Amino acid sequence: MDEKVNCTKCKCGKEDKFLKKLFTIYKPNKDNLIQMLNEIQEHYGYVPMYVQQELSEFLKIPMAEIYGVVTFYSRFSLEPQGKYKISVCLGTACFVKGSQKILDRLSERLKIEPGETTEDVLFTIDQTRCVGACGLAPVFTVNGEVYGKATVQDLDKVLDKLLEQEG
Amino acid sequence: MKEELITLKIDNKEVKVKKGSTILDAARQANIDIPTLCFLKDINEVGDCRMCIVEIEGRRGFTPSCVQKAEEGMVVHTNTPPIIDARRVILDLIISNHKIDCLTCTRSGNCELQDLAKKFNIRDIEFPGEKIEHTIDDVSPSIVRDFSKCVLCRRCVATCKNVQKIGAIDCINRGFESCVSTVGNNSLNDVNCTFCGQCIQSCPTGALHEKETISEVWEKLKDPDCYVIAQTAPAVRAALGEEFGIDIGTNVTGKMITALKRLGFDKVFDTNTGADFTIMEEANEFIERFTNKNSVLPMITSCSPGWVRYIEMNYPELLPHLSTCKSPHQMFGALIKTYFAKKEGIDPNKIYVVSVMPCVAKKFESTREEMNYDGISDVDNVITTRELSRMIKEANIEFKKLEDDNFDDPMGEATGAGAIFGTTGGVMEAALRTAQDILNKKDLDTIDFKKVRGEEGIKKATINIDGKKIKVVAASGLANAKVILEEIKNGKADYQFVEIMACPGGCVMGGGQPIKSSKVRAEIDVRKLRANCLYSIDEKSTIRKSHENIILKKIYKEFLKSPGSDIAHRLLHTHYVERKKYKINN
Ligand code: SF4
Ligand code: SF4
Ligand code: SF4
Ligand code: FES
Ligand code: FES
Repeated sequence: MDEKVNCTKCKCGKEDKFLKKLFTIYKPNKDNLIQMLNEIQEHYGYVPMYVQQELSEFLKIPMAEIYGVVTFYSRFSLEPQGKYKISVCLGTACFVKGSQKILDRLSERLKIEPGETTEDVLFTIDQTRCVGACGLAPVFTVNGEVYGKATVQDLDKVLDKLLEQEG
Repeated sequence: MKEELITLKIDNKEVKVKKGSTILDAARQANIDIPTLCFLKDINEVGDCRMCIVEIEGRRGFTPSCVQKAEEGMVVHTNTPPIIDARRVILDLIISNHKIDCLTCTRSGNCELQDLAKKFNIRDIEFPGEKIEHTIDDVSPSIVRDFSKCVLCRRCVATCKNVQKIGAIDCINRGFESCVSTVGNNSLNDVNCTFCGQCIQSCPTGALHEKETISEVWEKLKDPDCYVIAQTAPAVRAALGEEFGIDIGTNVTGKMITALKRLGFDKVFDTNTGADFTIMEEANEFIERFTNKNSVLPMITSCSPGWVRYIEMNYPELLPHLSTCKSPHQMFGALIKTYFAKKEGIDPNKIYVVSVMPCVAKKFESTREEMNYDGISDVDNVITTRELSRMIKEANIEFKKLEDDNFDDPMGEATGAGAIFGTTGGVMEAALRTAQDILNKKDLDTIDFKKVRGEEGIKKATINIDGKKIKVVAASGLANAKVILEEIKNGKADYQFVEIMACPGGCVMGGGQPIKSSKVRAEIDVRKLRANCLYSIDEKSTIRKSHENIILKKIYKEFLKSPGSDIAHRLLHTHYVERKKYKINN
């Protein structure tokens, strides 16, 4: 599963080679569902709806059940995820120290709402409950890297740097 | 083999039960009631809600009795104060998440949650907390979902996934946000739902119900310019009484007609007559296919709109097997707006046909664009058995005390064959009565084709007509339909005529029928009682073969000419479309 195809926006309708391969590697056995979803998430960066439908036909599991699994585990997502996932903690400690302002600023700068991804698939905004770093509140993370005692200015700096890197 | 019995003690009473019974079964057998919520016999036995907990001596804590098997020598207590307290906590939690709306809820008076609240003497809400706002899904023409009244028992999920083998609904999301919904959290209208309505039958609360269209009927009844006609399906008369405390399986035809007339309908007609037309057309279509070498066989019946939607979505390549006949109430509607309108000199645009049906899929069917003639729709409104009962209650009519009345002329008397349309195997039997006479060119005495009666989901029989063997199958429930379709798809079908109904047991168990609680369903064979009611109507009928129906013969002579004629095709037949299962965009 090495070759990364950018399927996220492609509507070319051509045969999906990755899926075809997946359906030969795995037997149509219900027990393979999670494992196959892992590979799909890894490959596409999310679990596209049409893939869930094909998987449902392949494994003979109702699509609603697959959708239920995808929405249950936080490691699966229904939308393409940006290259940078910026999560702002809205847990009690962080909230009290003003993390909402950081989140608002993020939305304002990227022009998307929490949970959404930018058009260029660079950024995804996420809001989380307590991430267990209350001592550092308010906290935000970029792809898991924690920024503690954060201010709106800190966020701006991080964003500027990333935008510069990406050109 | 002799059944092995075991003995246990429940609330100090000695009980002997079959090995393998649950404690709940055993208690009920001993007339000891244990409250349940998520339990639905044979369908949802998961032990999730813990409403049915009991105490077993020698074990710590409480055990859900709906899944725990009874064991030899067990000593069980079902109603000690600590158990009652624990159940109350569970109930309090459920209620605190519930949109309490009983005064305006479709299920008030027949709600398992309301019953529990009454039973536990709930007086206030213990844990008022944050509730999620849920949008109500009322997009489809058949079914409304209101998640704010859902208790997450999953009875609907099990019914849809296992009984019907559809899986249109399931548990989605996690934690606080988890709920029962569809692919993409879409409307049932935009997923693989067939509108069979079996999930409504399984729901203990008002979270799932039909799309109510009573108010439009009232509007039309108020309008002096509007000629409002009711027609009633066979299965309605076998169940309507239940909503007024009359025993299950009582035939209330006469009272139902009186009630409809009191409500102000200008005419009350019998859809059974429509069923007689369906038989004429269908038997004829079958004989044509059977005697022509290159025709598509087996032919499958098409009077169950949930089933039609199912094949359109799941096996579009098999659509040529489907009979082109409209369902009885659609045929009848078309005849009312043409033959009857002309005969009585009424402008068909002023006629408003209301079909009273045991079915929620028929609400969808009547909105299909094929279901009209010259732009005039066959049927204007479909209401369920339950909705009719509500109208009768609204009008303050004391149903039990009503006198009997008869269906109106000139579309009056139907045959016994039309009556049994409401139960699995009935359409087949009715069609065979007519087909054998046509093929033999004489009036035969064989009336009862008992092999296609009974409760099995798939019934096969071979019938000898005029030296020719015809193999027939009757299947009910969509899981069984799937078995038959797979056989046809894989070239393994050696039969020529198939009857399929979407609801297990046929229309008597339709999604629009009175809803029975989990307890009643476990203890009483509702299907059998309602079906027997229809078989006895058939037995008591003077005419039991559709082609001998007097009014039908007259209408063919004066208007339709012959079965399968051009005009019959335009009015009584239809066509089908391939349907997408899901509306998805990535
Ligand atoms: S579902 Fe039952 S408890 Fe809830 S509002 Fe309706 S009748 Fe009341
Ligand atoms: S109406 Fe039938 S197919 Fe649709 S969700 Fe309910 S049980 Fe499933
Ligand atoms: S919709 Fe009804 S049957 Fe389905 S889980 Fe909710 S309460 Fe139970
Ligand atoms: S509240 Fe933000 S880390 Fe705990
Ligand atoms: S756990 Fe037994 S009824 Fe729910």
